[in-house]
Amino acid sequence: MATGELGIYNLVKFQAIPPDWPGGFWWHWLFFTVVVIGFVLTMVMGVIYIERRGMGRMQSRLGPNRTGPFGLLQPVADAIKVLLKENIVPVAADKIVHWLAPVVAFAPALMIFAVIPFANGALLADLNIGILYVVAISSVSTVGIFMAGWGSSNKYSLLGAMRNVAAVVSYEIPLVLAVVGVVLIAGSLSLNQIVVAQEIPFILLQPLGFLLFFIAGCAEINRSPFDLMEADSEIVAGFHTEYSGMKFAMFYLVEYAEAVAISAIITTLFLGGWQGPLLPPWLWFVVKLLLVFFAMVWTRTTLPRIRIDQLMAFAWKFLLPMSLLNLFITALQVLAGWPTQLIWAMIIVNFAVMALMILIWSRFFFRLGWGKIEI
Amino acid sequence: MAVKTEPFVLNMGPVHPSTHGVFRMRATLDGEVVVDIEPVFGYLHRGIEKLAEQRTYTGVIPLTDRLDYISSMSNNLAYCLAVEKLAGIKVPERAEYIRVIMAELQRIAALLIAVGAFLNDCGAYFTPFLYMFRERERIVDLFEMASGQRLTYNYMRAGGVSQDLPEEFMPALRKFMDMMPRYMDEYDRLLMQNEILIARAKGVGILTAEQAINCSASGPVLRASGVKWDVRKADPYSIYDHFDFDVPIQQTGDCYDRYRQRVEEMRQSLRIIQQAMEQLPSGPVKAEVPHLIRPPAGEAYARLEAPKGELGFYLVSDNAIAPYRCHIRPPSLINLTALRDMVRGWKVADLIIIFGSIDITVGEIDR
Amino acid sequence: MTVSLSGKEVARKIEEQFPGSVAESSQDTLVVRADFLLDVARFLRDTEGLELDFLNFVTAVDYYDHFEVVYLLSSMKHNHSLTVKVRRYGRENPVLPSVVGLWQGADFQEREIFDLFGIRFEGHPDMKRIFLWDGFQGYPLRKDFV
Repeated sequence: MATGELGIYNLVKFQAIPPDWPGGFWWHWLFFTVVVIGFVLTMVMGVIYIERRGMGRMQSRLGPNRTGPFGLLQPVADAIKVLLKENIVPVAADKIVHWLAPVVAFAPALMIFAVIPFANGALLADLNIGILYVVAISSVSTVGIFMAGWGSSNKYSLLGAMRNVAAVVSYEIPLVLAVVGVVLIAGSLSLNQIVVAQEIPFILLQPLGFLLFFIAGCAEINRSPFDLMEADSEIVAGFHTEYSGMKFAMFYLVEYAEAVAISAIITTLFLGGWQGPLLPPWLWFVVKLLLVFFAMVWTRTTLPRIRIDQLMAFAWKFLLPMSLLNLFITALQVLAGWPTQLIWAMIIVNFAVMALMILIWSRFFFRLGWGKIEI
Repeated sequence: MAVKTEPFVLNMGPVHPSTHGVFRMRATLDGEVVVDIEPVFGYLHRGIEKLAEQRTYTGVIPLTDRLDYISSMSNNLAYCLAVEKLAGIKVPERAEYIRVIMAELQRIAALLIAVGAFLNDCGAYFTPFLYMFRERERIVDLFEMASGQRLTYNYMRAGGVSQDLPEEFMPALRKFMDMMPRYMDEYDRLLMQNEILIARAKGVGILTAEQAINCSASGPVLRASGVKWDVRKADPYSIYDHFDFDVPIQQTGDCYDRYRQRVEEMRQSLRIIQQAMEQLPSGPVKAEVPHLIRPPAGEAYARLEAPKGELGFYLVSDNAIAPYRCHIRPPSLINLTALRDMVRGWKVADLIIIFGSIDITVGEIDR
Repeated sequence: MTVSLSGKEVARKIEEQFPGSVAESSQDTLVVRADFLLDVARFLRDTEGLELDFLNFVTAVDYYDHFEVVYLLSSMKHNHSLTVKVRRYGRENPVLPSVVGLWQGADFQEREIFDLFGIRFEGHPDMKRIFLWDGFQGYPLRKDFV
């Protein structure tokens, strides 16, 4: 088994060939690149269909059911429609920034999938800093979104883009802290190792971490109830108001690709990744991913939207202290050796702690409202 | 040391997903905080008041449909009340009861849209809106049975209604009344206690009672600010004094109270319809009026409690077949007088919510 | 029932305070002279027993030789109402005082009267056209506008 070490990147060791892979390094790379791109695009299509159909049914209407059997070809129809539309660029826009923004926003969404395992050892690059890489890369999309808002030279877009930057910066911290709890229990940053270490899914061991990650993840990817970045009823379409045609398709793809990415990360970190009886591993992975995504669709259809200052107050005053407390308690438990020895005690204690902390914090320390500013 | 900022003007243009029609607002913003707004009207101005001077008294009724196009029955009724007051026409009893049933059904339908649109503005992505539309479909089906139309009914006439109810109307109405209370409870449960909604709407855009009276606000906006004034009780028209119903009021006058007020008013409307249904007599549905009404010279002002507020028609006649002057008192326009004071100091997101909670229809503003 | 106050009664009270202000009074209506409008309006709003604090509507009618601006005032407390009219003879540049300072609800309605009839209201903070665009010539609701 050869390991590749590239010069200044010798801190990052990756496994060049998995144990039973024929062909060598470059075939592995080619195969998984194709798999990742194909997987992302197919999942995005499937996920768009689930969202539209699911939201439609929850709103007591049918959802798309004309194109193809049960409307399954609707995303294909959307894609074709959007490709054929005229590409309008506002005259006062900054051309290069406007053109580059979708690319800068989309690339990180794809890159996240490089480290997500589909089966044991089946991933593009088994980095030993897996989850850290994911967190770092996912912040780069924000630059793309801000470029879109700025380059459109439109006040609505700028408002939307600035809101987005504020939100992403605020929610980055609870996100990362929720992940650290999992990392402590698993003992490694590599995503493959984390999945292998889950004899029981970490959602039972880290319920509060799961909730925090889910909420912070929804906020990072601009989904309801945190979708004020592209709030239809306020700022028309936020940062992608001035986009049409293929570039709009890229932003649309970005939104759903990131949703799939966050669902994939949640599945890997908390739900046991590809583990499960009977079905092949990659199928389990897909099923769990779709379940998490369905939960996201559910919250989108049900809850109203919160305002930007409430959003930030929620991140800094509620999620951050909770995630710190969660980390502290998890660290104590890991030091005492609970994950291996007293696993049932750990589950019960963590659930109790989660329920207690949410109740106490929301009742006494944090209120979601804000006030009027005196002019 | 404060950072120096400069306010900029954001134009929430006539074409916007949430301005409830072609309504334009020029908002001066300092970051996200609203410093000033200037509403710009006139994108749907059709000159209805001038057109009314060139139509016969009966010919104005289709024009009145298009005022507040989501509550056409109320507009028709207000105009017919004004003509009857001017010409001294007496309306038969069955016609009065049918008018009350139609007006209250229309109130429920219009309030459903108001509540749904408000929740939509809050961000609950169309879900409550579509649930409200489910019920509105049933009401609109009832109206279609009676008048043949789904939106602009042209049903009332000076002296009664244009035609009697078909046989399938009453059974359908009974079925509607049986299942509606369950849906009213569902609306209550849906989002009334939701923490996000309470955080968004409570305490936001407060309109005190004195401000409301000074700005001539009326309807749910006035009652949510704590003023117990309902034209159906204070100045009863038609046969509203035969019915037993309450006038709910709220205390604070913020967006949440206006939302609550509308849901409570829907309940009271159901009570009125139930009583009217039981007491419905038989008889003629239209008084004997000539085809071309020629009221004696004079003036009259008739008002009613439309879903949006006090809708009134001021008619001046000079003994001709067309009105000399027909002025419409638009509740939506007058309720908007208070918008500027309600909105200053809040953020853009609140601007949309406050504006949605006043509930306007541009057809009525611009006429 | 909202009681419609008798024009003659109220006219008597007003004449005591502001002699010469009432041009005409009858059972239903009360016509006030334009220069006394603001004083009479303040009197109507603030006096005990009248307290007409709610302005239902403001509108204008074109009677060929004069314009008539009609105000309908109500009182929330006493549940009575009163119709007040002001006449303005002559069609060139009619000007009347504005009651926006007393009842803010007159804001958009006076702009509408200016837009459609051409009657200016002095003291209004923002006297410009409301429904028609700024460069529009003429005043549509006048009887001599085709």
